[in-house]
Amino acid sequence: MSMNEPVIKAENLTKRFGDFTAVDAISFEVYKGEIFGFLGANGAGKTTAMRMLCGLSTPSSGTARIAGFDVYRQTEQIKRNIGYMSQKFSLYEDLTVLENIRFFGGIYGLSNQQLKLKSDALIERLGLQPEAKKMVGELPLGWKQKLAFSVSILHEPTIVFLDEPTGGVDPVTRRQFWALIYEAASNGITVFVTTHYMDEAEYCNRISIMVDGRIAALGTPKELKIQLNESSMDGVFYQLARGAKNKD
Amino acid sequence: MKQFITFVKKEFYHVLRDRRTLLILFGMPLAQIVIFGFALTNEVKNARIVIVDHAKDDASRSIIDRIGASNFFEIREDVMDRNRMETAFKEGKIKLAILFPANFQRDLFHQNHAPIQVIADASDPNYATTLTNYVSSIIQDYQTELNETVALPYRITPQLRMLYNPQLKGAPNFVPGVMALVLMLVSVMMTAISIVREKETGTLEILLVSPFKPVWVILSKAVPYLILSLVNVLSIVLMSVFVLQLPVEGSWLLLFAESTLFIVTCLTLGIFISIKTKSQQVAMLISLMGMLLPTMMFSGFMFPIENMPVPLQIISNVVPAKWFYIIVKSIMIKGVGFAAIWKETLILLGIALFFFVISLRSFKIRLE
Amino acid sequence: MVNVNNISKTYNKGAVKAVNDVSFSVEKGELFGLIGPDGAGKSSIFRILTTLLLPDSGGATVAGYDVVKDYRQIRSSVGYMPGRFSLYPDLSIEENLHFFATVFNTTVAENYHLIEDIYVQIEPFKKRRAGKLSGGMKQKLALCCALIHKPTVLFLDEPTTGVDPVSRKEFWEMLKRLKQQGITIVVSTPYMDEATRCDRIALIQGGSILSINPPQQIVTAYPSPLYAVKATDMPRVIHVLATHQPPFNSYLFGEYIHVDMPGMGDQEAVQVLTDVLAKAGLDGIEVNPVTPTIEDCFIKLLTT
Repeated sequence: MSMNEPVIKAENLTKRFGDFTAVDAISFEVYKGEIFGFLGANGAGKTTAMRMLCGLSTPSSGTARIAGFDVYRQTEQIKRNIGYMSQKFSLYEDLTVLENIRFFGGIYGLSNQQLKLKSDALIERLGLQPEAKKMVGELPLGWKQKLAFSVSILHEPTIVFLDEPTGGVDPVTRRQFWALIYEAASNGITVFVTTHYMDEAEYCNRISIMVDGRIAALGTPKELKIQLNESSMDGVFYQLARGAKNKD
Repeated sequence: MKQFITFVKKEFYHVLRDRRTLLILFGMPLAQIVIFGFALTNEVKNARIVIVDHAKDDASRSIIDRIGASNFFEIREDVMDRNRMETAFKEGKIKLAILFPANFQRDLFHQNHAPIQVIADASDPNYATTLTNYVSSIIQDYQTELNETVALPYRITPQLRMLYNPQLKGAPNFVPGVMALVLMLVSVMMTAISIVREKETGTLEILLVSPFKPVWVILSKAVPYLILSLVNVLSIVLMSVFVLQLPVEGSWLLLFAESTLFIVTCLTLGIFISIKTKSQQVAMLISLMGMLLPTMMFSGFMFPIENMPVPLQIISNVVPAKWFYIIVKSIMIKGVGFAAIWKETLILLGIALFFFVISLRSFKIRLE
Repeated sequence: MVNVNNISKTYNKGAVKAVNDVSFSVEKGELFGLIGPDGAGKSSIFRILTTLLLPDSGGATVAGYDVVKDYRQIRSSVGYMPGRFSLYPDLSIEENLHFFATVFNTTVAENYHLIEDIYVQIEPFKKRRAGKLSGGMKQKLALCCALIHKPTVLFLDEPTTGVDPVSRKEFWEMLKRLKQQGITIVVSTPYMDEATRCDRIALIQGGSILSINPPQQIVTAYPSPLYAVKATDMPRVIHVLATHQPPFNSYLFGEYIHVDMPGMGDQEAVQVLTDVLAKAGLDGIEVNPVTPTIEDCFIKLLTT
């Protein structure tokens, strides 16, 4: 992991909806190959911030560069260089495993040759050979999520954004999922992830905690625990988010 | 009962708070009336007409002068033969032709009775009716003037002939058509969507797990749309009376009673669709393709049923809008009473009962 | 209060087995948790108990009523909060509450004492439409609506899914207070850490119940001592433990790695683990005995 190469660089990034400031001048950097945990209570502005970083929403003010591209003018290039996966949207349930892989790979312009190689390799790595021709809808949730993650990095993006990827997944599969995240990070893919599981916050290299549209804390899990004098991430989160104004 | 009222109130909140729904509910009938009404009733000015005068006597001359003097008409040629007249019609160069038979004046004064043939291009039925009305009234004026001086009245009979569209489809006929369309949309589609929406949001799940009987859920969904549909009927009728000057010839009470029957038929259809579908999109598609389209095609409003191939004529019999269209036309335009439309009423009632029974039978008190 | 006897449920004509021979019972005034991941069959069980689905086989009673025959009685005596957000987004907080009160044949005033604690938190926004509320507020409103008719049993299907840890904690506090008022509560959650807040829990996976017990008992029944291991280079710790001969049963757990050490005393186990890691050249080694959590138990049940 080389710490000197920021792939996400946000400065005073702000998003306002009328009078309401959803994201209030946040600044941070994420480096190549890093696993960055993006935490916050519901309504703290995580989703809005993530949308801006993915080029889906234009900021009200501030700047951000994603993989070197500007979030105002180069949204097309940004989209080509990121992967995205969320708990809600993952794969087409009425297409087979193989068809999903081919489809999403095709969208990112992989050639037929590449697609063939990559889909075979992916199915083998996930041990999905017997299921390759099954509808994705028939797979258990955990497998779907692992497959969805693998598909989202099929085109070898610079950054992959994961929005609560492990919500509702069983504890064993959740750990297998994190093993995939580690593998991706060790291959140089930057991982930007949100989660409500505090133990998963510990698996991140660095985390930020958003409160009321601002970044209330940023650092390694260890640093944050020392800084706030808490023994667990749960305690850190609770201490920071409890005082939130926009809390539910 | 209190539960029922609360439920109905809640339905009204849904409707009143959704701009799209409101627009469909009240904008649609308005737009339809305006589009159909004003696109068809152009004011008549300098309509191009020809006169084929086989008589060439004082009487014909006198009528021609009067027609020429009014600024409704612009006489293209005084004399023309029949063949050239027909070509001119086809090319759209003229809208109306007036034919005086030979011996017009002699017949009038000696037999006290003479015909004038008035031929109009009725492909635009409203326009044609207006033109022929003007011609008739000019002839009427002339006749009245003549009759002031004589004992035995002279009668001139304008023989009207409508080219291309002999039944004058359109004009007053579009109001019943719009009514059928709007009611179909509101009662079938909106009802279906509003029930399916509760499936989608998961609220139906809570309602099922409540002491409120499931059948009442459905019924209380139907009531607001029945009321809203009646408001629509009223607004369409009022618009047709006051804006389009199309009076209701028959009984208002009968009109509203029949409309209520049609709305109930539509509501049972809407409920049936909602029971069978899981998403709002599907409910909407089925309502549009399965209900609205047949209504336009087979009600006789857009296309005359009697000109259709026999299989399609048979199909048209199961389209409720066809019967409603006949009923409304009979009441509004012909001014007939219940005795003349009881058959159609019975058929509508049958369709309503049929869907009510199968809805009731396919209705589920559980989720699957 | 709730008796479930060998119920099974399949979908798509038997192709999908959602619930597989499940039995449990819930006592009056108990807070009972169904703990398991998505797709474990929790929602199907809830829907059978709330009379929304018919079981393929087996039977169940709620408050003494049969879920198939006496569905009317059950429907007027239970409260249900489905997994998805299930209120009218275009009605305000107030309107939603009054609507559900009336549908359940009661008034807000009559049972206000039951919801007061929760309702005061959202009351300042009572004119706001439910669709514009944030997750935690929606959840509180949904709970109020499920409670307003003073149900004998409250069924809450994943009320905390997708909700942040702070709001989740508050939600469980509310449940605790309701329990004190004598309401029987059956709740499901995919979050293992919430299990300890229940009186008894059923761990469920793939439609089958793995274990039913008070959380404390499930934890003490963990078959072997458990150790939390840590070193500077965590990925290497994982690798070393997994490739050791014979391999250790180990997995990530927050900032530590949990390792099973069957048949060893504390001293011996700590010594063995420290030696293995030191031999692999790791530094900053920490090995401590830990009490298993429900999550550890669940992992154990899934992997053996």
